[in-house]
Amino acid sequence: MYKYDEIDQQIVDERVAQYRDQTRRYLAGELSEDEFRPLRLQNGLYIQRQAPMLRIAVPYGMLSSAQLRKLGDISKKYDKGYGHFSTRQNLQLNWPKLEDVPEILADLATVEMHAIQTSGNCIRNITTDQFVGVAPDEVIDPRAIAEIMRQWSTFHPEFALLPRKFKIAVSGTKNDRALVQAHDIGLEFYRDSNNQVAIKVWVGGGLGRTPILGTVIREHLEWQHALTYCEAIIRVYNLHGRRDNIYKARIKILVKALGIDEFRKQVDAEWAHIKDTENTISEAELARVAQHFDVMPYENVPAHDAGFDAAVASNPAFAAWVKRCVHPHKQTGYRAVTLSLKPHGQAPGDISSEQMWTVADLADQYSFGELRSSHEQNLILADVKLSDLFALWEKARANGLASPNIGLLTDIICCPGGDFCSLANAKSIPIAKAIQMQFDNLDYLHDIGEMELNISGCMNACGHHHVGHIGILGVDKDGSEWYQVTIGGKQGNDASIGTVIGPSFSADEMPGVVQKLIEVYIQERTPEERFIDTVRRLGVAPFKAHVYAKNEVAA
Amino acid sequence: MSNLIKLNNGVASVVEDDWTLVQLPATQVEERKQAGKVVLFKLTGETTVTDAQIADTAIPATGKIILPLSVFIARNDEIKARIAQGEVGVWLATHELLENLTQHQADLNALPIIAIFVERFADGRIFSLGNLLRTRFGFKNELRAFGDVLRDQLYFLKRSGFTSYLVRADRSAQEAIASLSDFTKPYQGAVDEPRPVFKRYNRGA
Ligand code: HEM
Ligand code: SF4
Repeated sequence: MYKYDEIDQQIVDERVAQYRDQTRRYLAGELSEDEFRPLRLQNGLYIQRQAPMLRIAVPYGMLSSAQLRKLGDISKKYDKGYGHFSTRQNLQLNWPKLEDVPEILADLATVEMHAIQTSGNCIRNITTDQFVGVAPDEVIDPRAIAEIMRQWSTFHPEFALLPRKFKIAVSGTKNDRALVQAHDIGLEFYRDSNNQVAIKVWVGGGLGRTPILGTVIREHLEWQHALTYCEAIIRVYNLHGRRDNIYKARIKILVKALGIDEFRKQVDAEWAHIKDTENTISEAELARVAQHFDVMPYENVPAHDAGFDAAVASNPAFAAWVKRCVHPHKQTGYRAVTLSLKPHGQAPGDISSEQMWTVADLADQYSFGELRSSHEQNLILADVKLSDLFALWEKARANGLASPNIGLLTDIICCPGGDFCSLANAKSIPIAKAIQMQFDNLDYLHDIGEMELNISGCMNACGHHHVGHIGILGVDKDGSEWYQVTIGGKQGNDASIGTVIGPSFSADEMPGVVQKLIEVYIQERTPEERFIDTVRRLGVAPFKAHVYAKNEVAA
Repeated sequence: MSNLIKLNNGVASVVEDDWTLVQLPATQVEERKQAGKVVLFKLTGETTVTDAQIADTAIPATGKIILPLSVFIARNDEIKARIAQGEVGVWLATHELLENLTQHQADLNALPIIAIFVERFADGRIFSLGNLLRTRFGFKNELRAFGDVLRDQLYFLKRSGFTSYLVRADRSAQEAIASLSDFTKPYQGAVDEPRPVFKRYNRGA
């Protein structure tokens, strides 16, 4: 993965000094609450219900074992001994003290980490597929360009105070796993007819209050122009995006208001002036950064391993884990492994300091000292030999990291919700836990099959409920907590936004509602159908009918 | 005491201001609300200046003056001679369109100063405006930020082509100077240094 040189290190060190002084001025009363807010936000610090919340950047989801170990130390020393992986691949601490943040940042800087632009109205952390670099369906590894974009967007002077937050996702696979259509800009890398690396550019996607999938603004962009073309888009947005109403301030609203053709025209007019200027990426820079993402020093191992095959055959628990948590790999004899942060009955995405240390050790032992975080809020060891899988599983299991539920109903994506977040309408974590307990039967879960269930505590949609096969949204009715249910949302190339099934439910009703949705699916499905396929084929009506049917309410 | 920071060959110092900033007379503006919140920002291109305001603006008879864009355009005949003397600059607010200036004043460099008024520091349009004035319209003279100008934006203003900064009256300009150099080696090319870091340094193969 990318390693800092002195220039990168100097920038994060100078950031620590800058933020230390900003905090000092705030505590001394020299900065008002309103003036300090954007400064702390651009450093990932929210003030929340219980305490501040600090969001630490994990650029495109890549972590080294040394970094994760340090994150374990930091959450032990400055927090309550755990952290939370978010749907944007970052790590959040829920209980740091405002006064400690400069120290935390200084600690992070020792392992080439920071919290720069993890919040606020600026270009945020760039996200991608968690299987980047190892997925068999990958055409281009976009990490080098993602890193170049990370550097370019860091303290970009023109885009320091945009109308609203700005999120970029990159993807280089046939099957999109990075949700490029749900981002302000999505860059989809492919090889064009001349076998050159090119980018299909999506713009104006976003979830939140007004969920909109992005539109293609440019089918073919040569990679050299990634920065200047994004500058053209963001300049048009910076000048013309709506600042008068926070709910209409995202780029998606501007794109919708102008129409994609007019928006494209303005962007192209802007780009005509800046195309080929100095921010054009050079071959040399791409090569310099790309070498950090060279293929791992894989061993030459066979495609099959007798010990592994025997363990799968004789150990059903191991076999279940392999089925759900082990993923195909480009390299013969290797696999990618998801360590589930979704054990039933715990807050999805939470991880203790001890678990962080364990995962760091596992990464060192089995996966070249690197790992990734996923937007589904799990951790991935990307390069594990077949013959190591059993030993890895035993250790992961002993540390609560081997729930065989990846991609199943209980692999819930969930925001912090009312337990932590001051914007929440309703709690989300207890709903996730209750559903996990309702479906705490592995055979049943496997029978239900692939399922994405996403929960957000309010319409800001941090839990991506719009694109969940089942989406749950916390709503406020006369001051009490209710939940609205959507079905038929999906991420990926054929992304869609879910449809509301009807009036909302109380917290107690939620596990039962999910149960009923599943019952309809089980009854109606064809042998090959996943839940989402059945919903798409039948529409909402039969699900709605069963969920709201009065006579079926248990006595 | 002056609260004006000026860059001179890259060196910043607090200097006396020899320009007089001409304001539009105040009007009664109604508070606008949306989604229950007071609207804080004006829309780009929104007309906010009335003919009466333009007519009632008191233009000092002598000295170096910075006029509001609307006055500069509407009452250009009155000031032609002074423009030729280099005594007239223009200011515009972040929601005003640069094209209105460039259409009426083909040679921007006849203006010794252009100033941009930022009503709220969080309004990042000012950075794009600075960038465009420098890179698109070739403006070479003093480019000033005034209004809600606070030290934590100075670095970005400098990189966006601004060369003077009238720091908000209740803050120390002297202390703010330090923030102009928060970062030594910025990553991306911008107005003050067009080359990105990878074209300025050999970062190894
Ligand atoms: C507890 C503190 C948090 C607060 C106050 C917060 C606030 C917000 C707000 C206000 C938005 C909507 C912005 C808009 O639509 O313009 C948003 C969006 C988002 N948040 Fe959070 N959030 C928090 C935690 C999280 C966490 C823990 C995650 C990951 C699990 C997360 C992931 C996201 C994502 C992915 C979006 C984007 C949805 C979109 O595309 O619009 N947030 N957040
Ligand atoms: S979705 Fe709402 S409740 Fe959940 S974290 Fe985001 S802002 Fe908070």
